[in-house]
Amino acid sequence: MLTMTNVKKVFRTDLVETHALRDFNLQVNEGEFVAVTGPSGSGKTTFLNIAGMLETFNGGSYVLDGQDVSHLNDNQRSKLRNEKIGFIFQSYNLIPDLNLFDNVDVPLRYRGFDAKERKQRIEESLETVGLANRMKHLPSQLSGGQQQRVAIARALAGKPRFLLADEPTGNLDSAMAQSVMELLQSINQSGTTIVMVTHDPQLAQQAARNIYVKDGQVSEVHDVLKMHVANA
Amino acid sequence: MFGYYVKLAFKSIKKNPLLSSLMVFAIALGIGASMTTITVNYLMSANPIPEKSEQLFYVQVDSWDPHNAFNDETGAPPNQLTWTDASNLFNAQKATKQVVMAKSGGIVVPDNQDVNPFETQIRLTTGEFFNMFNTPFLYGAGWDLSVDQNNEQVVVLTRTLNEKVFGGENSVGRNILIAGQHFQVVGVLDTWQPVPKFYDVNNGAFDEVEDVFMPFFLKESFELPSWGNTNCWKSPEGEGFKAFLQSECINYQMWVQLNNPIEKADYFSFLNNYVADQKAFGRFPRPMNNQLSDVMEWMEREEVVEDDAKMMMWMSFMFLMVCLLNTIGLLLAKFIGKSSEIGLRRAIGASKGDVFTQHIIEAACVGLLGGLVGLLLAFVGLQGIKSLYGDFVNNLIQLDFAMASLGILIALVTSILAGLYPTWRACNISPANQLKSQ
Repeated sequence: MLTMTNVKKVFRTDLVETHALRDFNLQVNEGEFVAVTGPSGSGKTTFLNIAGMLETFNGGSYVLDGQDVSHLNDNQRSKLRNEKIGFIFQSYNLIPDLNLFDNVDVPLRYRGFDAKERKQRIEESLETVGLANRMKHLPSQLSGGQQQRVAIARALAGKPRFLLADEPTGNLDSAMAQSVMELLQSINQSGTTIVMVTHDPQLAQQAARNIYVKDGQVSEVHDVLKMHVANA
Repeated sequence: MFGYYVKLAFKSIKKNPLLSSLMVFAIALGIGASMTTITVNYLMSANPIPEKSEQLFYVQVDSWDPHNAFNDETGAPPNQLTWTDASNLFNAQKATKQVVMAKSGGIVVPDNQDVNPFETQIRLTTGEFFNMFNTPFLYGAGWDLSVDQNNEQVVVLTRTLNEKVFGGENSVGRNILIAGQHFQVVGVLDTWQPVPKFYDVNNGAFDEVEDVFMPFFLKESFELPSWGNTNCWKSPEGEGFKAFLQSECINYQMWVQLNNPIEKADYFSFLNNYVADQKAFGRFPRPMNNQLSDVMEWMEREEVVEDDAKMMMWMSFMFLMVCLLNTIGLLLAKFIGKSSEIGLRRAIGASKGDVFTQHIIEAACVGLLGGLVGLLLAFVGLQGIKSLYGDFVNNLIQLDFAMASLGILIALVTSILAGLYPTWRACNISPANQLKSQ
């Protein structure tokens, strides 16, 4: 599903070179729920940005769903992002002056669906996150947890094969965070591959596999399910 | 997607009303100023008779001073004819159609005792004037060549004068007292105001059409005064009205209709022969310098569009540029302010092209609003010109549909140009940085 081999990412200024990722190797299989943890500055977000093709990289290879994305141009990357990847951000990143319906509509517009198809997908995805009755509300009229659910609905509406979540519960209290995690697990169980970056080890434990990133490299991999079985 | 982008544009405009208003007013001021001057220039330089402007030719022959050209700068022949030349050229009847004319004036004494006598402008002309210049008639018609040849006392009135003297009734066949003489009304023109008043640009290219049209040769019979510009390079030989008419003073205009290049060439040969004949009589001491100018050439030669007006127009374009530079800055501020939204759109599937289209349409929508407000300002500006210069510029301050459309088009094009740099910057916003900074 996602294979990164010896991926390198260097940020350069006039004075300094920062190696954000060094020989980063990772394979995520279809249907997996992977949590990526690590200290601040370890390269988690850089990994996520490269995985989401929001940034380019300086070396190595990245194959997404069987396609080498290293040499795609900007338009091709945009198309691939739109079709295969759903994003969930810590700050929800909803457009404040669009209502929920229109927010979820944004990626579908770029996909080129007709109005009927878009309406059906928007209603379905808002139904999935339990907000179908608030379609005409503005984001500011919702709680943080509800806004994150809208962001999830927006990510789901395009029926992506792959969800990338960057600290999806970082701005939520523990009850809301747990509710969002349960929603993500349910989405994962329906077949969508999820890669989640988080600081919270407890939330990471709810994923099937934990990747620990340190100094721009994958330093540890834990199979949470096997650990649970062993502990039992 | 176009409708979607327009919807987003107006949402964005409403979201930040102060910034949006500043942009709209910046464009509106530029459009208002430039449309005011463009309208004046457009009407000054308009083709007043497009259907036959290439068949109508103004006649010039150089009867001027042997030692000084009429126009030192261009060497052009005099812009009017002498009575002798106007009469001779008309009587020769060498063109398909020809008309000679002059400006005069006199007192009209209405039969109606309730209307006081008043002074009016008279266009002395020959019968083909109406047919050559496609004048519209409300009642009756013009007159034919026999009227000119027999000095019959007939007149054609404008609609305005007919309303003043005859209450707007069909006055054809009725008599009217002008300049102490009785005339029979043979026609009443419908509203007619060519802009510029091309048939006599020497005497006010944007003046109103004269109220009375009278046979040209009655000038001699009734010693009608010469109104308008009269230039002489030597004094009349003798005294009195007749001597003045026979002098080398110029006060008369002549137009001919020549339907094709062959007719034009023939007429030009005729003019050359005429001048050669006159030279034999001791006239036309200057080298042969005859000209036939079609309507637009004549407008150009007589500089109907004044240099001041052209300069004002270019200055207003520069002002528009300043307004657009301000708009560029404001659009830049606005689009940079939307960085997080742009980053998000890029992340969830918008290509650079999508972002470009969305924002250039937003710039165009701002331009459209600016154009509409600008037209209102242009209207106010034109009224300002009217209040400054008075009614005589009425014919130059009409903001017609074509000019309004041009105003909107300029607003759209310039706002799109102004939006290019801010939009380019918006397209290059890095989604990763924006999403992280939320």
